[in-house]
Amino acid sequence: MISRKGVNGLATFDKVKAIIVDQLSVDEADVSLEASFVDDLGADSLDIVELVMALEEEFGLEIPDEEAEKIRTVAMPLNSSKKDSN
Amino acid sequence: MFLNGKVAIVTGASRGIGKAIALALAGAQADVVVNYAGRAQAAEETAETIRQLGRRALVYQADVSDSQQVQSMVDATINEFGKVDILVNNAGITRDNLILRMKEEDWDSVLTVNLKSAFNTIKAVARPMIKARYGRIINISSVVGQYGNAGQANYAAAKAGLIGLTKTMAKELGTRNITVNAVAPGFISTEMTENLSAEAKEKLTSAIALNRLGNPEDVSSLVAFLASDFCSYITGQVIGVDGGIMM
Repeated sequence: MISRKGVNGLATFDKVKAIIVDQLSVDEADVSLEASFVDDLGADSLDIVELVMALEEEFGLEIPDEEAEKIRTVAMPLNSSKKDSN
Repeated sequence: MFLNGKVAIVTGASRGIGKAIALALAGAQADVVVNYAGRAQAAEETAETIRQLGRRALVYQADVSDSQQVQSMVDATINEFGKVDILVNNAGITRDNLILRMKEEDWDSVLTVNLKSAFNTIKAVARPMIKARYGRIINISSVVGQYGNAGQANYAAAKAGLIGLTKTMAKELGTRNITVNAVAPGFISTEMTENLSAEAKEKLTSAIALNRLGNPEDVSSLVAFLASDFCSYITGQVIGVDGGIMM
């Protein structure tokens, strides 16, 4: 998880958080690792697709559809962005 | 005018209904990307008329059945005009024949140019429109797509396909203030219908309540209206412009 990844992990979290705040027009304070996109951040399915595309652009990676479909909380794209960029 | 400052892409805009649509949008003060496949000279003439109306025109050659060419066209539109508000999927071809004599390639080419093209263009404009929280997408279907027509299995299937695509896109994109509608012309006087024999035309005309073939402008005025903010609450509809041939 992110807390064990040290400085790089935090930098990634900040970037992801900034994208989420921008895409979903939510308060930065609400974007915790456990926050659910749909239940806590008010996202719909199109928001999540947009978010995934924005993350792919930011990190220069491709999140496969099977992974993208499973994204429910903030921690999940964070983990997949770490995995793919390694 | 009611489209002042809007940016439109019209596919197949060098002649026929597409040309009339491009001119109607420009007449309502939109800037227009004039897409064409082969008729460069005709596309230039459309663009020149748009400029005479005081609007900007970008002539762009692209095969709309090729997704990369379509993406490049949308990128060029955003580079040139900064956004895309209106998309009109008009490009189309016919390869008529009875099913027994219809070649596989005639099926494929008509489905690709008339239907897949709309998938390509909508996919390419969806992102900028979603970001902008604004969009007007108008697909030119046909009365044939709703009621069928002997000798046009490929064309009718493609035009019916556009209706399914229209309704689905209306549902997918509605929350982002993007409306998606289809226009279903009946028999309109263009090069495409020019080849009909005099008897065939007479027979057709007798089935039309208004007792005449339509003009491209009959279609383009509806498209301009659907592209406007007068129609903010109309989406997923198929609107006939057919002189009452089907009711």
